[in-house]
Formats: sequence, structure tokens, C-alpha cells
Amino acid sequence: MYRQMLRIRLVEERIGVLYAEQEMRCPTHLCIGQEAPPAGISAHLRRDDLVFSGHRSHGHYLAKGGDLKGMLAELYGRETGCAAGKGGSQHLIDLDCGFMGSAPILASTISVGVGAAWAARMDGRDQVVVVYFGDGATEEGTFHEALNFAGTFKLAVVFVCENNLYSVHSALDIRQPNRPIHSLAAAHGMIGLHGDGNDADVVWRLGGEAVARARAGEGPSIVELATYRWREHCGPNGDLELKYRSDAEFAEWQGRDPVRIYRDRLVGEGLLTAAADATMTAEIETEMADAVSFAKESPFPAPEALARFVYPS
Amino acid sequence: MSRQLRYFEALREAQAQLLATDPHTYLIGLGVPGPTGIFGTTKGLQEEFGAHRVFDMPSSENAMTGVALGTAVMGKRPIIVHMRVDFAVLSMEPLVNQAAKWHYMYGGKLKAPLTVRMIIGRGWGQGPQHSQSLQAWFGHVPGLKVVMPTTPHDAKGMLIAASRDDAPVIVLEHRWLYNIAGPVPEEPYEVPLDKAAIVRPGRDVTLAATSYMTLESLKAADMLAGLGISAEVVDLRSVSPIDIATLVQSVGRTRHFIVSDTGQESYGVGAEVLAAVSEKAFGSLAAAPIRIGLPHIPTPTTPALADLYYPLARDIARAALKTLGSNRALPPDDSDPRKWKDVPDPSFTGPY
Repeated sequence: MYRQMLRIRLVEERIGVLYAEQEMRCPTHLCIGQEAPPAGISAHLRRDDLVFSGHRSHGHYLAKGGDLKGMLAELYGRETGCAAGKGGSQHLIDLDCGFMGSAPILASTISVGVGAAWAARMDGRDQVVVVYFGDGATEEGTFHEALNFAGTFKLAVVFVCENNLYSVHSALDIRQPNRPIHSLAAAHGMIGLHGDGNDADVVWRLGGEAVARARAGEGPSIVELATYRWREHCGPNGDLELKYRSDAEFAEWQGRDPVRIYRDRLVGEGLLTAAADATMTAEIETEMADAVSFAKESPFPAPEALARFVYPS
Repeated sequence: MSRQLRYFEALREAQAQLLATDPHTYLIGLGVPGPTGIFGTTKGLQEEFGAHRVFDMPSSENAMTGVALGTAVMGKRPIIVHMRVDFAVLSMEPLVNQAAKWHYMYGGKLKAPLTVRMIIGRGWGQGPQHSQSLQAWFGHVPGLKVVMPTTPHDAKGMLIAASRDDAPVIVLEHRWLYNIAGPVPEEPYEVPLDKAAIVRPGRDVTLAATSYMTLESLKAADMLAGLGISAEVVDLRSVSPIDIATLVQSVGRTRHFIVSDTGQESYGVGAEVLAAVSEKAFGSLAAAPIRIGLPHIPTPTTPALADLYYPLARDIARAALKTLGSNRALPPDDSDPRKWKDVPDPSFTGPY
């Protein structure tokens, strides 16, 4: 889990640096600060389990085993990208590892994920489907419709809500009543779990419970994870100058850095040495350098690719 | 004489044969297994194929379309049914943003072979929210295919073709076609999703139409024949794509063009067809073409206003005379003495 979190952090930070070159020409939502949920959840998933996500999906894609080269090439708009350059950061996909797609219209992939779980049920497979979304998506009607259906059919879905307190720049407390998001689970006939989304062990424990329930045919769950986005909603920079969130709030959450918390814990328990940490970092740096080179050296799609894939042939 | 089926029976047979021949096909919609079975089109199918193939659903058009998409990308071939187009409006997000684009935006890695049946209501006061004919909305979206079968033969063949197609297909069925009988082969067959049909050959003017307006166009052709004018009637059958080649060939022969659509005239399928014919066959046209559709007004409920709202065969015939530059007058209309024309024939009684 630590390696997953560290890799997501380093990849996102590298994208943040490279984005300034103006060569990744697509809306990009970085998940720095929100690394623990994908690491803790994916630790319980088989390769043939399925994941759907929203706009802030890099961490979910990477933790499920999504190909880094394909992701970076996609951000660079190359034909070797995981969606052949047609999707960009907001439409990652890697079928080989069960990452089934991401889409930026809030809550839109929740029902699709429920459908994938229903198909698995129809075919008698014990696949678990994880759908990641944010607090904003829980305000969409289709979120409730999809949970109603999943609850009615007791489908094998884990609904992971990464509650980072803001929908773009709009705060949660002006958008929702004063009740926890996970309490909505009861309305849809499922259990609601919640905890510190910046503590990978907490995420791991909650994810384990929800995935086990789904796998055993005991029905879906909501897992609400409290976390926080460090960068601007979309793009590589900070945004404290916009004043929609306070410096004090930001500082408090930075003090709860999920990567540092977990590193310190592992070191404290004697499970990670500084040398091992450095080796891990170096390996990830090498992998990233290769992937960036691959992406930048890949060709752009040829003009004839424009009209390809509008309809299946 | 070949076997005759009514339109709704042809749709039911298509679905029964799809369920029988493809284990990945399933049928879902509010009321699909219910006692009336979507005007008879799904009646008895759950008893025949089981509750694991034919489903009722929550009143959640939006999410259930996404759910169907999720099963489709996993290899299923769902057929979703909406008793009125107006309810399908609640599913525009998963249709327009998602299903239409999942093949393209994921670089061809996924397919979304779902079929969505939508019924266009008309008459008996269906009014503003039970009678909309929104094919132009769907036709506007790349990635969707949109068809409007008119005959029982095409209803069966196009629904089978739609379900077997790997793209999302919208099938719009006009309620006033449901009781009309016609020849329908017993075996499963496909009718192409991209070809218009010349349903009545003629020399002097082309009357193109969608869905129920094809029947009004055929009546108009009869009226024109009484004046010695030979009208060619073309059933568009598909509105995305539009079979422009067939229209251009027809206009090449007749040099005069009318198009009638069940939807709104402005920003509609008629507008698109007229633009395409004007661009591709301008030199063939001897006079300005004319489109006929609904006015830019919501559907009124009272028959006193609804009868003014819907164009009829006489309107099409008059338009044909206009584009032909003819000052001939149609004979007085004494063929339909009914007080209200808000049902297709006396066999329809309210409520429906």
C-alpha cells in the first residue's frame, strides 16, 4: 500500500511539473492528498475485479494496475494512449486490469458500474465492482437511483465516496444537509462505513469489510472516506488565493499527509527502512522517466483516426 | 397470402426471437412484464423466457439506462423500453454523454450494444408530456443510431437489426402504427438500419416521410393521383443516418420534394433532410422544397386544438401542389366525417 501511495504521489507531482510545458492539453484533476483510498481499497481487489471512476481518477487507475505508459501517453494525446488519444485524463481505461473507464459527469459511472455488477451476477461470476466518486456526486439523482437498484438486487458493488469537502469551489455544508453521506446507505438497503480517508490502514480495514461482503453476496456498501485535495480542482497549481477554503483548513489537512503518516508508521514499526524507501522512490522515478519518454516519443494519431470508432465496425 | 401481423405483434415476435436466439439479450422497462405488456409488445414474454431475461425496473430512467450500459459493455444486449419518449428524456445523460461515446472516447476498446425502444404518443389528449417526437435530439448525437420503422415488416426487422448492432440504437415507434397489419415473415430477419424505402413509385413529386407521416403521405399520394399527379413516397425508416442517396435519386427523377416528419418542423429531421437534399440535389430541384412538421408549439390536450396541431394528408398534398406550381384544388374533404380526429381509427378508444 505504501508503494502504491508513493507511486501515485510521485506520478501526480511529476504531471504537475510537466503540465506547465503545455503539452498535456486536456483537463487534468490531480489527486495529491487523496492517495490512501485507492491504495487501501485496491489492496483487496483481484485483477478481474472491476473499477469505475470519475474525473479525479489517476490514483484509482494506477492502484488497480493501470498501465502508466498508456496513461501518460493519453494525457499527451498520443495514439499509444490508453484511449488512443480520444479520451485524455478524464477518460482513462485499461481493460487488462479491470479499470473499466472514468468519466467527468458527476455520478455518471455509478450506474454503469452497477450494471457491470449486474452482468457479473447474470453470468455467475463473483467479481466485485468498485465505483469511486466524490461528495458532489452524491447530490445527483442518478446516484440515488443506482444505489436503489444495487440495494434491491444486493449487487456486489462497493461505492467509495472520497469526501474532500468541495465540489469544485463549493463547500459541502452549503450543498448538503447536516448529516453524514454514509448515512444515505440505510435509505438504499445497504451498510454505510466511514473513516479517515488519509489513513491507509483505516481505508484498508473498511475496504476489506466492504469487499468481503460484496464477494460473499451480502450486498453493496457505501464507504465514505474523509480526505482532502491539495491542488486546484483542475490543473497543477495550488489555489489558496481563491479564498474558497481557508489557509488554516489547508494547513490542517496538509498536516495529515497520507503518504507521510503511513511512512512514519511503517518506519516506527520497523517495517520500512530509509534505504528501502529510497530504493522504492528511485525505482518509481525510473519507471516514470521511461513512461514520460515513451509518451513524448509516441506519435500523435493520424488524421484518419478522427472519424474512427464513432460506430463499431 | 403471406402471414399478416399487426405492428405491436411484430415487435413482440422480434423480441421473442431475440430472447430465444441470443442468451445475452434481455428486456427491461417499467411495466415490461406487467399485465398490459407495453401495449402488447412484451406481453407474456416473462412467462415464456423467465424473470432472469425479462425485467420490470424501478422508476429510474436515468440510472437504469446507465445500468443497461454497464451490462452492455460487459457483453449483454439489453433492450430498454419506455412507454413514452417523454420519460426517456430522463435518460438523456447516460444516452448522450455516455452510451453514444463509450466506443469512441475509450479508443474503440468498449462497445455499447444497447437498444432503446421509445413510443411516440398521439391523440386522446396525450398532450404536452405524452406525445413528443424527439428523434431530432437523438439524431444530433454522433454515436447513436436512430430508426423509425413504419410497417410491421420493418418494425420486426429493424428491432432485430438494432439489437444485433454493436452501437446504441434508438427505435422510435409511433403509437398510431401499433394496430396496423401487414405481411411479416415468421423467421427472424434483419432490415438495414440505414436505408430508406420507396414505398410507392412516382414521377412528379417525391413525398419523403418518417414513421406515421409515411401513411399520411400515401394518402396524399392518392389525393394527388386523383388530380393526375404521380407522387413517389419514400419512407425514411432511419433518421440517423439519413439515406441521402435514395432521396437524391428520387429527386433526380421527380424534381420536386416534400418531407414530412412526426416531430417539430424547426430544428427537426425535416429541416435536416431538406438541407441535405438542397445541398446534394440542388440542380435537380425545379422549385423550392417544402417541409411539413409540427408547429413550434407544445402539444395541446383538447381535441379542439390538437386537431389543428397535427398536419394531415391534405396538408402534404397541398404542399405538393404548391411546389409543383399547380393551381389545381383538392376536392372537398368528405372522407372523414368524425367530429374529432384524435384517434387513428374507430378501434381506438380512450384511455390508451
